[in-house]
Amino acid sequence: MASEGPTRVMPAVPEDRPRVIVAQPSTGDKIFRGVLRASALSVFIITGLILVFLIIRALKAFKFMGFGFLTTQSWITIDPQHFGIAAILPFGVMIALIAMVIAIPTGIGIALYISEYAPTSLQRPLISLIDLMAAIPSIIYGLWGLLFLEPRILGFESWLGRHLGFIPFFNFRLSSSLASNYANSTFIAGVVVSLMVIPIITSLSRQVFSQAPQGEREGAYALGSTRWGMIRSVVLPFGKGGVIGATMLGLGRALGETIAITLIIVPVFHFNFHVLEFGSNSIAATIALDFASFPDPGSMGLSALMAAGLVLFAMTLIVNMLGAMVIGRSRSGLSTG
Amino acid sequence: MATETSTEQVAAPEPPAPPADAPLRIRRVSAEGTLSVLGAAGAALALDWVLYERVLPFTGVLGFWVSWYVLFLVLYGGIAALQWDRMAVRDRIVQVTLTTGGVLATAIVVDQVGYTLVRGFTAVKHLTFFTQSMAAEGPLSPQDVGGVGHALVGTLEQITLATAFAVPLGVMAAVFLSEVGGRLARPVRTLVDAMTALPDIISGLFILAFVVLTLGLQKCGFAASLALGVTMLPIVCRASEAVLRIVPGTLREASYALGGSQWRTVLSVVLPTARSGLSTAVVLAMARGIGETAPVLLVAGYARGFNWNPFANWQTSLPLYIYYEIQLPQVTEKIRAFGGGFALIILVLILFTIARRIGGAAPGQLTRRQRRRIERESRRTAAERTRA
Repeated sequence: MASEGPTRVMPAVPEDRPRVIVAQPSTGDKIFRGVLRASALSVFIITGLILVFLIIRALKAFKFMGFGFLTTQSWITIDPQHFGIAAILPFGVMIALIAMVIAIPTGIGIALYISEYAPTSLQRPLISLIDLMAAIPSIIYGLWGLLFLEPRILGFESWLGRHLGFIPFFNFRLSSSLASNYANSTFIAGVVVSLMVIPIITSLSRQVFSQAPQGEREGAYALGSTRWGMIRSVVLPFGKGGVIGATMLGLGRALGETIAITLIIVPVFHFNFHVLEFGSNSIAATIALDFASFPDPGSMGLSALMAAGLVLFAMTLIVNMLGAMVIGRSRSGLSTG
Repeated sequence: MATETSTEQVAAPEPPAPPADAPLRIRRVSAEGTLSVLGAAGAALALDWVLYERVLPFTGVLGFWVSWYVLFLVLYGGIAALQWDRMAVRDRIVQVTLTTGGVLATAIVVDQVGYTLVRGFTAVKHLTFFTQSMAAEGPLSPQDVGGVGHALVGTLEQITLATAFAVPLGVMAAVFLSEVGGRLARPVRTLVDAMTALPDIISGLFILAFVVLTLGLQKCGFAASLALGVTMLPIVCRASEAVLRIVPGTLREASYALGGSQWRTVLSVVLPTARSGLSTAVVLAMARGIGETAPVLLVAGYARGFNWNPFANWQTSLPLYIYYEIQLPQVTEKIRAFGGGFALIILVLILFTIARRIGGAAPGQLTRRQRRRIERESRRTAAERTRA
């Protein structure tokens, strides 16, 4: 009550409230923003159109096979029609998994080398090199994998088959003395795809690693840590979100890779998880190999390919969205491009 | 050491003027570090040769080098453990492993590019390879008949059209993300990120289902460029947004303070500042698009002769040419496929070099030539002033 006196003297002050600022955009700005918004929406429209048209074209195959489309291990689209993705989808996933097993440690290792170990004068050339690796066309990867890598990797495959055959994946049921029994296998396709995924994982992880806060790095050093200790306690935890996101985007790429796989594998429509054995498959490869046989737009064969494509699209879109969301939400991803 | 310092002290009671401050070189490679690596490498090579080639029943070149590497790491760990404590040993091993990663990446890229170039040279050394099409070529034709002329035409036309669709749309979407933002920005950004890894065959399948089968356009170069555009759009958008976001906010504020509207600010301040980065983004997207096979495969058809018109009839592009040639059994055809690979890699390298030359630099950072030009101009104005 003692403070009543002074308050009376003071004029009544209204409660502090931030001034509402209304920025009225000019007509030009309104049009400008409208155009920009429309072009941003075009990304949604294209994705939507892809979904709509694939669904329309795939309906015939879905109607014919019903749920069996997901459980049938066969791809006969001419007369006694019997087809499904139960073989080609898991084959493609196996290829992608092999690629990821190789690419994740290698990609993160290269990223760490570039951001933490490489001399400053080497950093920019190495970054360019990784960009170039991402820009090498997949057909060149295919050529290289088919004619350069395959003859050289057969010996390694037979070594794996003979000495690590007790692991179910490396179990080899064909005659192991014939080199051609190892050719065109899931394993080789996986190795080649891994080389295409490495630059994706590397460049995204390098971006987040190089943004690890300097203060925390110096703190770790000041506490007597070695460089590896610093990386383990500062850089890796900081970059975790970015690395997970990069891995997901890489997985999306691996699942969707077409041409290199098409060149390397020989299609097989009965699934097995013996990755060293002759023959493999994937949805994208099936589409690339099969589409030319069906010039008639209404044919069942084309519709089946569209249905397979739809499954592939949905799968990669989900994986990629999760990856993009992880990158976007992580602490490290906040300021990356 | 100790005696040396003491004699120095005796010899020079008055210390000479301290030497100019030289920065301490911290990350110098020590002799024992290098020698340990070399020693471990040599020992591993010898041990590997004995074990792999003589003792154990192993074969294969790749297997040899894989086991060499494993032996090398083990031996290096052993050598390191003789000299340093455990933490340092772990640090060293990790350093060596990661360095191998860098070397490995370099080796793979060099190997791929080199292998294609070397094998392609047999075809490319007949210069008619770049001017002829496959129209006059048959299975038994010699190497100097037939070439990639028609495929070069197709590739250049398709990539130009695809760039014309994808770049304006992608850059505008990027400007939206960085300048306007709002609630829409986050889903758009997520979707764009997801679309960058869109399976390349899906865009071809989409154009096949939509443009070719539904709208009734025949398979042609235009359809192929639409498919390429769908693939390139998210790449352009993502890369441009990364560039636009590092344009300093103070520049925008300065423009607003001078009374500029938003579209004036974007057009005459933001975009010009980011010009070099944007062109890099565009050129890199072109480099990606030029090598895409799968989208083109479904909708471009395959022509053996020249087709200059992208809007009618089938048209071949370089990746497609390679894809078909490599599947033929004749050796001459395989060599032609590598010749096509030669041309494609050269195109990608050219685009890549352009991208590196025009920028990749932060906005406002000048190239050497720009800096020289500005220096020249200021020198000239200065000279004029003194004359006046």
